[in-house]
Amino acid sequence: MEKTINLTLKVWRQANATAKGAFESYEVKNISTDSSFLEMLDILNEQLINENKEPVAFDHDCREGICGMCSLYVNGRPHGPDDEVTTCQLHMRKFKDGETITIEPWRSAGFPVIKDLIVNRNAFDSIIAAGGYVSVGTGGVPDGNAMPIPKVDADEAMDAASCIGCGACVAACKNGSAMLFVSAKVSQLALLPQGKVEAARRAKNMVAKMDELGFGNCTNTGACEVECPKGVSIANIARLNREYLKAKCLD
Amino acid sequence: MIKLDSKIPQGPLADKWTSYKNNQKLVNPANKRKLDVIVVGTGLAGASAAASLGEMGFNVKNFCIQDSPRRAHSIAAQGGINAAKNYPNDGDSVFRLFFDTIKGGDYRAREANVHRLAEVANSIIDQCVAQGVPFAREYGGSLDNRSFGGAQVSRTFYAKGQTGQQLLLGAYQALMRQVNEGTVKLYTRNELVEIVMVDGKARGIISRDLVTGKTERHFGHAVVLATGGYGNTFFLSTNAMGSNVSAAIKAYKKGAAFANPCYAQIHPTCIPVHGEFQSKLTLMSESLRNDGRIWVPKKKEDAEAIRAGKKKASDLSEDERDYYLERRYPAFGNLVPRDVASRAAKERCDAGFGVGATGLAVYLDFASAINRLGEDTIRARYGNLFQMYEKIVDDNPYKEPMMIYPAIHYTMGGVWVDYELQTSVKGLFCLGEANFSDHGANRLGASALMQGLADGYFVLPYTIQNYLADDISTPRMTGDEKEFIEAEKAVNDKLEKLLAIKGKRSVDSIHKELGLVMWDFVGMARNKAGLEGAIEKIAAIKKEFQTNVFIPGTNDGMNIELEKAARLEDFITMGELMARDALNREESCGGHFREEYQTEEGEALRQDDKFAYVAAWEYKGEDQAPELNKEELIFENVELKQRNYK
Repeated sequence: MEKTINLTLKVWRQANATAKGAFESYEVKNISTDSSFLEMLDILNEQLINENKEPVAFDHDCREGICGMCSLYVNGRPHGPDDEVTTCQLHMRKFKDGETITIEPWRSAGFPVIKDLIVNRNAFDSIIAAGGYVSVGTGGVPDGNAMPIPKVDADEAMDAASCIGCGACVAACKNGSAMLFVSAKVSQLALLPQGKVEAARRAKNMVAKMDELGFGNCTNTGACEVECPKGVSIANIARLNREYLKAKCLD
Repeated sequence: MIKLDSKIPQGPLADKWTSYKNNQKLVNPANKRKLDVIVVGTGLAGASAAASLGEMGFNVKNFCIQDSPRRAHSIAAQGGINAAKNYPNDGDSVFRLFFDTIKGGDYRAREANVHRLAEVANSIIDQCVAQGVPFAREYGGSLDNRSFGGAQVSRTFYAKGQTGQQLLLGAYQALMRQVNEGTVKLYTRNELVEIVMVDGKARGIISRDLVTGKTERHFGHAVVLATGGYGNTFFLSTNAMGSNVSAAIKAYKKGAAFANPCYAQIHPTCIPVHGEFQSKLTLMSESLRNDGRIWVPKKKEDAEAIRAGKKKASDLSEDERDYYLERRYPAFGNLVPRDVASRAAKERCDAGFGVGATGLAVYLDFASAINRLGEDTIRARYGNLFQMYEKIVDDNPYKEPMMIYPAIHYTMGGVWVDYELQTSVKGLFCLGEANFSDHGANRLGASALMQGLADGYFVLPYTIQNYLADDISTPRMTGDEKEFIEAEKAVNDKLEKLLAIKGKRSVDSIHKELGLVMWDFVGMARNKAGLEGAIEKIAAIKKEFQTNVFIPGTNDGMNIELEKAARLEDFITMGELMARDALNREESCGGHFREEYQTEEGEALRQDDKFAYVAAWEYKGEDQAPELNKEELIFENVELKQRNYK
């Protein structure tokens, strides 16, 4: 029942942030199609260690598609050739025997390479720090049911909030824009009464921080939405633009 | 011998926390600015503590090993968070939440801690709503609840199947707000590698920048560990790949007692193991047991035919199926606590009724719920979980039942703490899954999120002041004191020593070997001979690690194999500790099942006269057996009974 395949991997290797990188080719054999893409990389690394070579560095953690740590540009697509998955949820049954797979890090000005396939995504934390929250401290808040919230708004906020901060949207965008990421947080909080109070200010501050950190502008190509592992909609970008415009008008 | 003073306040159970708060010492705002607190970990407990302490005006340094605080494994919690709001008017109360948690923990937790947890639970929900956490709501706009194992009320708040994610993002955002304000300084990809002691108190840490490989010296008037559990001792678990026990083991080796290490939770609903290359196990939320029914074939022939691929689940009629949880536990049915459900699955599979290619799986079937409610309702409730299952297994759970099997998920044991969450090392605090305090021998579903946030938002911010109030005139250290320099040197010497072994085996291959020993002998069912054998096997694995591990690269720059090797050394220590504790505890309770101690029906048999205590292990030196210290558990408000879910 178990099917196995043999593959050639073209992997980006780069010793550190300032080193010059290059592709290296590796062969892996008898990979079960039931294994995940990252398990296939584990097998490659075990092989490299047994040959006294340095394993390929890649980011990963929860391996169930929620932490947002894994990245990888696989055959030209962020998170590889499947829809609405992270790389850790991508399975080898999506590949053919004998195939050559090209594996690269996210490539974007906002995400410099740290080593091999690992990039620095601290910029996303900085954008959240610029305003991606409700300014409320611990304690002294009203009862959870004090303010009714229409179910449709709560559900829509939840859909926006399902962003995992992986950066696929930026990696997919030819402009390297972080608009889908920013708009998801702006939308979630603008849709809820608790976050509405500072919605305009939030939009303005987060966009300013995004621009400052070297992310590009949005030209509505929609690539981000296609590659988002959580299906976050570009309708959120429209909402962000409304909030941003409102903020500008108030200035 | 460590003196274990639990510092439980006097007075009636329901008044203890209030009376503690009324009488504790506080630190005034001007003095808070002079005090530094190190918080290690950015999960629910760490992020909420760091944010809250920052808001109060302390100088906080917050560390995480991932690239962002938002990656902490709390993010993966699916089902929900408990509170005693009683919004559904179904009879819930603070006392009932307390009682269910004590009973669910098989009467092995401290009454006072658990009651405090139940008291502050409601505030957590309010706090999260105020932060903009998009909890599920009814059409009328009020918060929705669902039910979880071990309770007969609906008290679980949820955000789709991503509750942990949403609560963590709430805490993360509160944290980033403080980072922006400058009260919290964040250190990402930065790992605690040693705790620094000065004059008998924890006064800082040595950390290692995982990008540059350089160690750093950090001072804190107090150090808070919120570094999660030790499930990855088993290699395969539902924990994230990076989850590790190293911070807790550093604390243990500095004199913090480690409590109840044998209490590990095996979650009944995980996707079964399917191959040697497997790197982790994926949980399917307990919430699925609200609508899913668990069964195996009634007849062995059918089970065999299914295993051979000759029959499918849907080929079996209703009366050819054994809904064994509903049969054995009619009152709680599919919603029995996790330890009970896991053992029942193991019992059926061991008896030859398991399904799947390996025979180590049971069905979780949604057919009757889909018939009753329609596919759309089920999709709205569990859509993301069904999608996750389909991506991994390549099977459509709307058509064929899911296959599940128990897996290591959570660890109830942890660093021993008193009522103030302080360990037996002065100035060292421990929160969340990393401590042992609230879940006894078994944790109920949706209680981990509750405990992590309770500790971080509403307990530690109070209790740490009682300690820091005496420290207001202690000047900051620079990190150039001899204690810091020596600790840093010892760390680097140790890393160089690991690199110098230059053996033949990868870190993972040794970790997998440890994991198999743990699963076979210190897993779901344990016995004396097996545990004694396991202790010897673990000692052999330790020797193999120390003489034959191969770590490529150097201590300079990023070296992931070196990080893993240093953590594996601590997992080996942990594995031994778990086996020793399991051997000592000659009873069955919660997640700890000793085959020698069971009722005629195969239920866990406690020995309250002998083991109603917290086993707190004290480190005695490398290659020395640890010493057992006991904290007797005193039950004044609940009567100890055999748990009955029938």
